[in-house]
Amino acid sequence: MTIHNALLALQNSFFATAIREGDSLFPWIESFHVLAVVLVVGTISIIDMRLIGLPAHRKSVRRLMKDVLPLTWGAFAVALITGFLLFSSEALKYWALREFQAKMLLLVAAGVNMLFFHIVTFRNAHLWDELVETPPAAKLAGISSIFLWIGVVICGRVLGFVLAQQGFG
Amino acid sequence: MDRVIAWLSATKMSATIQNTVWVIPAIQCVHILAICVVMSSVLLRNLRLVGLIGGGEPADVFTRRYLPWVWSALVVLLLSGSLLIIGEPNRDLQNFAFWTKMSLLLSAIILTLILERPVLHSARFWEPRPRRLIARALALAALGCWVGIVLCGRWIAYLYQG
Repeated sequence: MTIHNALLALQNSFFATAIREGDSLFPWIESFHVLAVVLVVGTISIIDMRLIGLPAHRKSVRRLMKDVLPLTWGAFAVALITGFLLFSSEALKYWALREFQAKMLLLVAAGVNMLFFHIVTFRNAHLWDELVETPPAAKLAGISSIFLWIGVVICGRVLGFVLAQQGFG
Repeated sequence: MDRVIAWLSATKMSATIQNTVWVIPAIQCVHILAICVVMSSVLLRNLRLVGLIGGGEPADVFTRRYLPWVWSALVVLLLSGSLLIIGEPNRDLQNFAFWTKMSLLLSAIILTLILERPVLHSARFWEPRPRRLIARALALAALGCWVGIVLCGRWIAYLYQG
């Protein structure tokens, strides 16, 4: 099955059709998508700023992550599900949009950045866990994460704006 | 209200905001990023008051750490929000979602002040048992207001009959 056929099948599914043709389904799902994205970006940036060297409510980076990351992942799950539903309603159109492609690339980059941090930089976290002055690798991870997520938000807003200009969404 | 809208629409600033394509989405991006700051700061501080996170860390640490972020991001929100209103006055000022959002914002600010003030004078103000329950209820109510604010914000676009 080609990508084109898969996307077509997706947007012809019963839920995609319901979202596309319903009056208020799309706005409701979109509202919760925005709420979830806002919480993902906001909570992640608290950790990012701690990694850059600004104090948070905990001294220990590991304990701060224990407080904050469950909230981030919960919000991320909601963002992913609602995002998929919104995407399904006009799958072919979104797939072809530069803004959508850029948003997905930034999202993947943010994921790779996070994985690299957890696998490499975080391995010796016990050495700097309580220090406000974090190592350069941790600062770099924090700064890249903040910029990548700001990029995700900007692409998301411009994406919605472009579609609204065309009379969609 | 019609006169306010007519006057705002006629201002030079309104014309500039409307006629440059990228200005409105750019302001909206700033607006959303500031909401990220407010929502996450309020979420952490209020979940601490509810008792769900941050055990062992005194509640006033959360208030002192996160509320300054809330107040400064709110200034950014009011400024960017005002620009959006000036740019498209009839999108907001005759919109049910907009006025619901403003009422919720007022409630959220009042609730935040009620929860913040006493802590700045005595750190453990909300800790004795009867007060702890009040703080919990107020913190949940405030979170509900903030969630409503974000949802209404998106709905402004849909209730606007342009």
